[in-house]
Amino acid sequence: MSTTKVKKMLFILSKGTLENAYAAFVMANGARMEGIESEIFFTFFGLEAIQKKKLLHLHTATVGNPALHMPTMLGGLPGVEALATKMMKREMEKLDMPPIDEFLEILSDSGCKLWGCKLAIDMFHLEREDLIDELDGILTIGDFYGRANEEGTHLLFI
Amino acid sequence: MKKIIDNREIEVNEEGYLVDFTEWDRELCLCIAEEQGISMSEKHWEVVTYIQDKYQKEEPLSIRGIKKSGVINIKEFYALFPGGPLKKSTLIAGIPKPKSCI
Repeated sequence: MSTTKVKKMLFILSKGTLENAYAAFVMANGARMEGIESEIFFTFFGLEAIQKKKLLHLHTATVGNPALHMPTMLGGLPGVEALATKMMKREMEKLDMPPIDEFLEILSDSGCKLWGCKLAIDMFHLEREDLIDELDGILTIGDFYGRANEEGTHLLFI
Repeated sequence: MKKIIDNREIEVNEEGYLVDFTEWDRELCLCIAEEQGISMSEKHWEVVTYIQDKYQKEEPLSIRGIKKSGVINIKEFYALFPGGPLKKSTLIAGIPKPKSCI
């Protein structure tokens, strides 16, 4: 069995797009599957992914996203972003990628810790009940750094 | 490469996974599990049988599949095979390590 020097991966999810949420989730889950500890700290727009009412409505941006190879004017038309998101979700489903809510359950059951950022939660006037039940708590950035205070820990900002 | 497991010479890959599933049996399984620090319980056998069945049906293994399996939930799965449950359970079951990011 291969042994890794990476012991713990800490992710900071700061963006609220579908692809960024999946990037964090796939990496955090992948870490657990390799026997590496993982935690995600949701801040700013990343909080969209743990708000009960919003998490199933994350989108892929069609404006200002050159990788979609779509003229910006077109990307801004009504319905285009929804369509692109729908297509992306369909492709993900084909790969057996779980939807956001199920993915959060899997992460939590796998032992990945999920944290909300106190500052951002206050800023967006969110209450604990607005956020998913699986959330392990609300932390300040200082608390989160405290969780990084071990050898073999890596932090990744998404 | 060859490896001696259960006083037998078994063909394994560089990560220790069996190359030929037909060489697998319960005695061999006990030896591999012990090497991984796992003592096989009733539930371990149930999971091993389940993933071998999936392998034989050529259905890909994933953590999502485990969640839906009805055999075991994810929390128990991690508890039974600490330190990478799909990696370890497939190693013990004598089947290839799943090639998937999820």
